[in-house]
Amino acid sequence: MKVVLQNLTKVFPSRDKKSGKEVVAVNDFTFEIPDGKLIGLLGPSGCGKSTTLYMISGLQKPTSGKIFFGDDDVTELSTENRGIGLVFQNYALYPHMTVKQNILFPLQNLKGKDKMTKDEMLERAYYAAKLVQIDELMDRKPSELSGGQQQRVAIARALVKMPRVLLLDEPLSNLDARLRLQTREEIRRIQKETGITTVFVTHDQEEAMSISDMIVVMKLGVLQQIGKPQEVYDNPQNLFVAKFLGTPPINVFNGQVANGKLILGENAVLDVPGVADQNVIVGIRPEGFEVDPAGTLECQLTNLEVMGRDVSVVSTHVASQNPLVRSIVDADNKIDLSAQTIRFSLKPHKVFLFNAETEERIYF
Amino acid sequence: MVESKQQWKAWLYLAPAILLLLVFTVWPIINTVSMAFQEDYCAQRALMGETYEIGIENFKKVLDYGNFVDYLTNTMILCVATVPISTILALLIAVALNSIKTLQKGLQTIFFLPYVTNSIAIGMVFAAMFNVIGFRKAGGEALADSWGIINNVIMFFGGKPVDWIGANSSLAANRFVVMVYSVWNALPFKILILLGGLQSINKQYYDAARVDGTPRARVLTKITIPLLSPMLAYVVITGFIGGFKEYSSIVGIFGDTMGPNDMNTMVGYIYKALSTQKQGAASAAALILFGIILVVTLINLRVSKKRVHY
Repeated sequence: MKVVLQNLTKVFPSRDKKSGKEVVAVNDFTFEIPDGKLIGLLGPSGCGKSTTLYMISGLQKPTSGKIFFGDDDVTELSTENRGIGLVFQNYALYPHMTVKQNILFPLQNLKGKDKMTKDEMLERAYYAAKLVQIDELMDRKPSELSGGQQQRVAIARALVKMPRVLLLDEPLSNLDARLRLQTREEIRRIQKETGITTVFVTHDQEEAMSISDMIVVMKLGVLQQIGKPQEVYDNPQNLFVAKFLGTPPINVFNGQVANGKLILGENAVLDVPGVADQNVIVGIRPEGFEVDPAGTLECQLTNLEVMGRDVSVVSTHVASQNPLVRSIVDADNKIDLSAQTIRFSLKPHKVFLFNAETEERIYF
Repeated sequence: MVESKQQWKAWLYLAPAILLLLVFTVWPIINTVSMAFQEDYCAQRALMGETYEIGIENFKKVLDYGNFVDYLTNTMILCVATVPISTILALLIAVALNSIKTLQKGLQTIFFLPYVTNSIAIGMVFAAMFNVIGFRKAGGEALADSWGIINNVIMFFGGKPVDWIGANSSLAANRFVVMVYSVWNALPFKILILLGGLQSINKQYYDAARVDGTPRARVLTKITIPLLSPMLAYVVITGFIGGFKEYSSIVGIFGDTMGPNDMNTMVGYIYKALSTQKQGAASAAALILFGIILVVTLINLRVSKKRVHY
């Protein structure tokens, strides 16, 4: 089931009556979620990602715009009639019911022609439980489960109705680091097995990049970029997206373009043909540096962090916006820490130019 | 574990509370038990050196006393009939209050008013509502007559006025008035507790239920009530205990004559025995009441163990 958002907008009335300022949580979103894909809504807190999810779920009504599931306009449809499964951030498992009762609960609500016999319900519940591998725990109460197990129960409860769309609100934020890695693989596997169009919300770019078919990057209610994780990473449309994606984060410099050359500090470091002379903001990915004695970019060497396969070179540069420039180079490079400076050549496809005012990408 | 050298400090800090409890709680309890088992104990005469035989005669006398069973029935009706009614009403009102936004605070205040009003005063107001009020000449001719506001309503709808609490009123009518009073009087505390409980339930459970298309009645029975069950158990148990101790409302409605059908309760009986220098009988009755409350509370706890989800 593909999901289409059309000019979706959500405005919350002001809480402060004096100023009367409304809050635009989601501003004119238009995008399409292809059938059977896993989509990550990504952005810092307050960017409207959860609001978008809750509008898709129907728990919140959009101020304007439309939502389609396939060809059906579901904008005015109430939550229960949309055929969605929703996993809440803190799972919202009914604490007084066993795992089995929790998973059965949505099925017992079905009416009319959808009504099932007890055996059918049990069969479906056990199918969902097996899918998330909790069929051993059916008679436990949620309080007797670990965080990861509760998460699985919540997913099973959302899946048991065979929803058209599965929605997950920050599904991994309550888990510890190890479990998070494991669970995100699990979510990926479950999504692949069921083929249900899945939307999940996260503020963790690594999480979104690692399992999504597509990511949607948002900032302050405005859609920034949408695309496959690698494409968005390799080709950010503005400075915000470039900064938000990637660990370690992108290195940002203030630079100028003059006569088709990019100048950082005093020196021309890269040819940028076709770019008019102007001040620019330069983003260079950590992997965009190559140790090269004849390189054009000279940095003051501060430290080396050995990570085995790679070496993280920590240095400083006058034009850098951040105190430190962090580059990741192959461990085979012999770097002499006693040397005060280090020279890099730059990989052009890892260097992004942005307009100094609008922060929009300048292509070269 | 506190070192033994430090223990005297702990006892020192505990002393004020322990002292007060010993004087005002433990000693009276011991005294009550001892008086209950001394035949025909009377405090005045005991002071003058009279001694009494030890035995269970007091209990026998209390149970043999003609009206004691009536008093027990009155008390039971107060509890068994009114606690469930007031709990269900309070639950419905609390759920309704919780689901509205406008006027919530105002209505909450109105529902809470009975709690801060003196129960004798409320009793008198109830008496006025149910009573025949009139001014008569010496000969009995009515100058102005009112049957009370409840009867006015009944008559407005074409019914016959009922003598609720007057000199010729029936026992059933009396009990009905007491029940209405008790339910109404018990509501505010229960609503307050249940509303507090409702507001502490995570809203996401309701969102989850909405996503699953749960009908309203099922949300109430399968989600709200189980999640509220600790509060419900609390108001039921305190409601029963309060009901067993009820006395002042009867005086408020019927005056200290307790009405034409003697609507006295267990506690009323105990007070009456005390004021007539029958401390032995009063103590025995108090112990019987204690036993009943204990049994009912144990049953309550037993039931709630299965039904209450903490």
